[in-house]
Amino acid sequence: MKDKLLYAACLLAAWLVLANLSVILLVLPDEAEQGAIYRIIFFHVPAAWSAFLGFLLAALASVAYLVKRNLWFDALAVSVTEVGLVFSIVNLITGMIWGRIIWGIWWTWDARLTSMLVCALLYAGYLMLRRAVEEPAQRAKFSAVFSIFAFIDVPIVWFSIQWWRTQHPQPVFRGGGSMDPAMYKMMFANWVPLLLLFAVLSAVRLRQERARSEIDALRREAHAL
Amino acid sequence: MSFFRHAFQIAAKDLRAELRTKEALNASLSFALVILLLFSFAFDPTAEQTREISGGLLWLVFAFAGALILNRSFARELTNDCLDALVASPVSGAALFTGKCLANMALLVAVELICLPVFGIFYNVRWVHRFWPLLLTLILGTWGITVVGTVFSALTVNLRLRELMLPTLVYPLLIPALMAAIQLTTGLLAGQPLAAELTNWLKLLIGFDIIFTALALGLVETVLMG
Repeated sequence: MKDKLLYAACLLAAWLVLANLSVILLVLPDEAEQGAIYRIIFFHVPAAWSAFLGFLLAALASVAYLVKRNLWFDALAVSVTEVGLVFSIVNLITGMIWGRIIWGIWWTWDARLTSMLVCALLYAGYLMLRRAVEEPAQRAKFSAVFSIFAFIDVPIVWFSIQWWRTQHPQPVFRGGGSMDPAMYKMMFANWVPLLLLFAVLSAVRLRQERARSEIDALRREAHAL
Repeated sequence: MSFFRHAFQIAAKDLRAELRTKEALNASLSFALVILLLFSFAFDPTAEQTREISGGLLWLVFAFAGALILNRSFARELTNDCLDALVASPVSGAALFTGKCLANMALLVAVELICLPVFGIFYNVRWVHRFWPLLLTLILGTWGITVVGTVFSALTVNLRLRELMLPTLVYPLLIPALMAAIQLTTGLLAGQPLAAELTNWLKLLIGFDIIFTALALGLVETVLMG
């Protein structure tokens, strides 16, 4: 039953991406100043949203673990962190491709880019920390603490470097408003399949994590006998 | 009141143990001096360049030196199960943490105050006339390093690859504090007054210290006691 739901969500996501791509590539015109490359934004921005959603969920799950001491929350935290990290890397790479075309450089130490890179580094550190702890309850506790620290840090990095002049295009929510409504809507429309993908990957990863902890518990039991 | 008394006792104990063996202090200080030396070979800077990189150079040295001190902070308690005894003692986790922080802070500031004149001599940078604002930056930046570092020193103390995990986890978390401290130090050494843009960095540094001190005090009990 659950498997079928996951497959159905995958198919729906694939169909939605194809439908969106046909609009993105065939219907929407090239952007006046940037030409064809602007289309990367339909993946770049929703990937960032998905990544932040993942990190937010990870922080909430970490707090929930520390309160409830239920390993399910730890499994949830690691699942959404991993998926969020993948989306943040998608965001970084699509951004770099765009930057290479528009700015002529792959990377610049600008507020947005730096804070996203720090974000990815912190959560990669989270995954490293998990591998260094053997005992499941201790691993859950330590990684929950680190996840909370990491989640507080990223907004600070972001605000601290906002005082430098930024090269990254202004956010579309505030001020700006220069984006065509059809393109603006497409960004949200394309977030739907990415969110579906996010949910499916997290669910699969969560199940895998639960199975692993069960195997681990059985192994310990066998050891004890 | 017993909180502060306990914290000071822990700090005094740590400092006494450290001053008798000087293992972390010596390692940290000689490491810091070696890095200062290496930087001069690596960049061979002119006077103008030195002023521009001074903050970054100093704070990287301090962060490296700090990692050595912080690594020892809880690792020292592993022999003879001292850590278990400390956790079992009627000292609260927050007081234990605060005491450790104060001791680490004192050691790191001592290393920094030795490095500063050495840096001034090797790189021909005048810093004496800006001593008090520099000291403020040193104290605030070092507090940021120690408060985050001490939590993670406690967290990584029983891990495999402890020496490696601590800096890997802590340096990215410290980026805002280091960034602010670097900007402040570079600005001050370049002769800027502590006003305008520099106060923004000062506010960031103070904000970082407050947020992470609160967070650390809230979470350290969980880290230590389980």
